[in-house]
Amino acid sequence: MHFQFRTFVTPNIHYNILYMTWKLFFTSSIGKKITMGATGLFLISFLVIHALLNSMIFYNDGGETFNHWGHFMGSNLIIRTMEIGLMAFLLLHIVQGLKLWKQNTAARPVKYMVSKADSKSKWYSKSMGLLGTLILIFLIMHFYHFWVPSRFGGMFNVQALGEATLGQEYNNQTVHNLYQEMLNVFGRNLMVVIVYVLGCFSLCWHLLHGFQSAFQTFGVSHKKYTPIIKTIGVVYSVGISLLFASMPVAMYLGWVK
Amino acid sequence: MEHYHMNLTLKIWRQKNNKSKGSFETYQVKDISSEMSFLEMFDVLNEQLIVDGKEPIAFDHDCREGICGMCSMHINGEAHGPWAQNTTCQLHMRAFKDGETIVVEPWRSGAFPVLKDLVVDRTAFDRVIETGGFISVNTGNAVDANAIPIDKKNADEAFNAASCIGCGACVATCVNGSAMLFVSAKLSQLALLPQGAPERESRALNMVAQMDKEGFGNCTNTYACEAQCPKGISVANIARMNREYLSAGLGTEA
Repeated sequence: MHFQFRTFVTPNIHYNILYMTWKLFFTSSIGKKITMGATGLFLISFLVIHALLNSMIFYNDGGETFNHWGHFMGSNLIIRTMEIGLMAFLLLHIVQGLKLWKQNTAARPVKYMVSKADSKSKWYSKSMGLLGTLILIFLIMHFYHFWVPSRFGGMFNVQALGEATLGQEYNNQTVHNLYQEMLNVFGRNLMVVIVYVLGCFSLCWHLLHGFQSAFQTFGVSHKKYTPIIKTIGVVYSVGISLLFASMPVAMYLGWVK
Repeated sequence: MEHYHMNLTLKIWRQKNNKSKGSFETYQVKDISSEMSFLEMFDVLNEQLIVDGKEPIAFDHDCREGICGMCSMHINGEAHGPWAQNTTCQLHMRAFKDGETIVVEPWRSGAFPVLKDLVVDRTAFDRVIETGGFISVNTGNAVDANAIPIDKKNADEAFNAASCIGCGACVATCVNGSAMLFVSAKLSQLALLPQGAPERESRALNMVAQMDKEGFGNCTNTYACEAQCPKGISVANIARMNREYLSAGLGTEA
């Protein structure tokens, strides 16, 4: 890369400063960290909504509440617009992550014969690329199960029964029966349930590092706040992963019908 | 402390020059005193190699007091060996037991090419410093040393950052071969002080750009560097560098 500098001269100081373009900022090592951290935090906020709405299956009301919120998310213009952003950020997170993986592997062309690096940091901190790849494999399956049929057809429909609480305009519409889709995917197939649970494990470890790492990347390192951030990160990562994992398990075991 | 002697098997990386392909050679050393430093043990081995008519092992060293940052061995899988916050020259043989096998490798990083045996070229660090790891001081009458008031917390943090000896153990340890702990320490020691203020933005932008250019990896916040650093430099410096870079990178108008 060729750098361009500007030179500043005052009566008592003379210095060169790098000509800072947007491209240079975002392709620098710190710029790439910023991209990973920002997209990661966005995905973290998405997971909160995702887990919250999916938890509606635990009403165990034949999917009525769940399908209602599924319909809301699928038909709301703001949400649908944000979905484009979500996909773009997910893609950016993946592409940037793969790039970092490649560059970081290349930074040590000759490996050590003996390394005790494992005792110096958490294994999952060093395995973000691997964990991310596992999550990606899971995501492809997950998209195939739910996102593709709901966007491109092939989804069961159901006549919304609609209690009064769910709103009049919702009643008597034909909506996607995402709940039935979940039952079909998780109800019978043990292998799918195992893969989903393993996907949640990968997610948990990925988040355990990613959550606190994003804050360090944005320069938040503080004796008072960092321990709080780290604790929230652990609670969030474990909590959200357990919640997600409980859904296919609950359906397979017939707790939710 | 009990004084004892030991016989050791050493597996040491030998490489003729930066073009050749290296390999491990096995050596035996006898009657090593537990009170010797690790480098003195190497001196004994080299004397023995010279007597045998063989090429002695090249390794970096200078002050042998743990302050210059020249020694650079990766011993049994750890930069500077098994003792925490310690340099190779201050590692003593009492860290090892009789009959032990010790594996010694050079720092492994694309940005630190091996010159010979255990000697690596760390001038990449010098080039990073040249782009911004300094302050401009004008000649003239000597200024009173304590004329500028400095906040105690900043003074302490700047001093802690300044205790980095630039040995490169952070790069050697990092799974990504990142130099961010070093660069952030060199940036922080100046960014925290009023003397460093005029070149604050250019320092952050220039040093990071040069660091990237040298081919170091990208930091992924695994914090292994902090655990291995012989001077205990904190990763809070990396967060500070991120802040400095963010504000300079997004804040400058061109």
